[in-house]
Amino acid sequence: MRQDFAAHVESEAPALRFPAYPVAGLAGASFKPEHLPSILADRERRRFFEVHAENYMGAGGPPHRSLEIIRREYPVSLHGVCMSIGGPGALDKAHLEQFRRLVERYEPALVSEHLAWSTHETVCFNDLLPLPYNAATLGRVCAHIDEVQQAIRRPILLENPSTYLVFRDSTVSETDFIRAIAKRTGCGLLLDVNNVFVSATNHGFSAMDYLSDFPLSHVGEIHLAGHAEQSDDEGEPLLIDSHDAPVADGVWELYEFVLSRVGAIPTLIEWDSNLPVWPILKAEAAAAQAVLDRRARGQSDAA
Amino acid sequence: MPLESSQREVGPLRYAAAFSSALMRPDLETPSLVIGPNAKSGTKRYNIYRNNVTVSLIDALAAVFPAVQRITGVEFFRAMARFYVRETPPRSPLLFEYGHDFPRFVERYEYASQMPWLADVARIEGAWLDAYHAADADSLSVDDLADAPSERLADLRFPPHPATRIIRSRFAAVTIFAANRTGSPFGEINAAEPENALITRPKYDVVVRRLPPGGAAFLLALLAGRPLGAAVASALDVAPSFDIAASIAGMIEAGAFVSARIGGPP
Repeated sequence: MRQDFAAHVESEAPALRFPAYPVAGLAGASFKPEHLPSILADRERRRFFEVHAENYMGAGGPPHRSLEIIRREYPVSLHGVCMSIGGPGALDKAHLEQFRRLVERYEPALVSEHLAWSTHETVCFNDLLPLPYNAATLGRVCAHIDEVQQAIRRPILLENPSTYLVFRDSTVSETDFIRAIAKRTGCGLLLDVNNVFVSATNHGFSAMDYLSDFPLSHVGEIHLAGHAEQSDDEGEPLLIDSHDAPVADGVWELYEFVLSRVGAIPTLIEWDSNLPVWPILKAEAAAAQAVLDRRARGQSDAA
Repeated sequence: MPLESSQREVGPLRYAAAFSSALMRPDLETPSLVIGPNAKSGTKRYNIYRNNVTVSLIDALAAVFPAVQRITGVEFFRAMARFYVRETPPRSPLLFEYGHDFPRFVERYEYASQMPWLADVARIEGAWLDAYHAADADSLSVDDLADAPSERLADLRFPPHPATRIIRSRFAAVTIFAANRTGSPFGEINAAEPENALITRPKYDVVVRRLPPGGAAFLLALLAGRPLGAAVASALDVAPSFDIAASIAGMIEAGAFVSARIGGPP
């Protein structure tokens, strides 16, 4: 069915070509189809939208129609969540091909995936699961990123994870691990500031130390999101990367620090569950845009 | 492939096997390869992953099967879905492909045995999602049919639209689906009335229709590539009252087919 569709497009209609909208210095928001009418009605031009690639791997129908409408008006970031780059097993070739076709079809301004795994053997766990950081896993992750980048013929941005546990056989820090990946594969990085805040709280390290040690020069996109609070076995706070709430004040503070080091990097507000009406998500994106604009003005004043 | 990859996953690459071993098994202990920071306990921390996996998959099923959930109530649905998730975790990274065999699970779920129509409502909701994601295609128009020479009408075959699905039920599954999918109030339903559903998506809206007597036999014959004359004969076999003109008009209106052609199977 999918092959028939591809053949239909190639033989009867020219491949879709979209405008090459720049994404530099912009704030964006997760795109949710239920927000489409409100997004089109408010006609704000300075914005980008990010979609989870897997939601657009169906053959046709409303998902592709919505994304085509958005892509005609705005730059789009394609964010993969199930490539399982951090897993020990081989990448799913069919999934990688679907991903490649989306990159080709929608010409996204940004393409990203996670330092995590979700599939083992044939079971897909639908979650971003953690991995130990050592020489063996570094080699496997780099091989997977090479494979993805060769398939799509462009570098990806790799996102730092939020985690709740550590592995006994990790031998290097997360920041050193990520630095080595960027150096070996040439990939860029997606710095999720909320993930840094969540992991720092959960593991009892300083978020500022982590950010100071993070290879910031490779960052091509920033994520901000809300989190939820629970407690661990010792009764101490344990933060959950839930994407279901406004960005926390502490995360905004870290974000200001990051921008002071890297400049106005495209910044996305992620909101995936307990979805608000569009004006609330839009206000979060506008708050990020204000910080970006202040930073951009500061840079031009300094120059 | 799994054999080959697991053979290579020795020593430091065994982590995914070890970490995932207890994700769907709450009766097992936290895998020993993980721990909290500074030697804190890993139990509640590991349970976050367990919870994320199971709850996200239950949520995914609730999103695909809202009418089933409205019929059973949320608590019943989530308990049923939890059994299904643990027994049948996803094999595809695409969440919208998850739950294809959920209706069969519902059919043999003993606590649902008092609702024998529930599995067929789930089948309609599964077909709804398949239609939603199916490839785009134009639908057969009245003009396409008017172009066909009248003496060859019986030889016409109709290549199906990629979204078209038929669900047959021994119960009033279409009426029950419609009443529970929208959340609007409804009157008394005779659940024992057999109903068949036609699910189509001519443009972007999925439509579920209840088929008239003989309609399912007629459309299933056409979907199988049989010519119009044979399809009409199949319909008349099961329903002497089968209305040929209304059924042809209905299948065009529903957008069930993409074109009409004379000759060999599509």
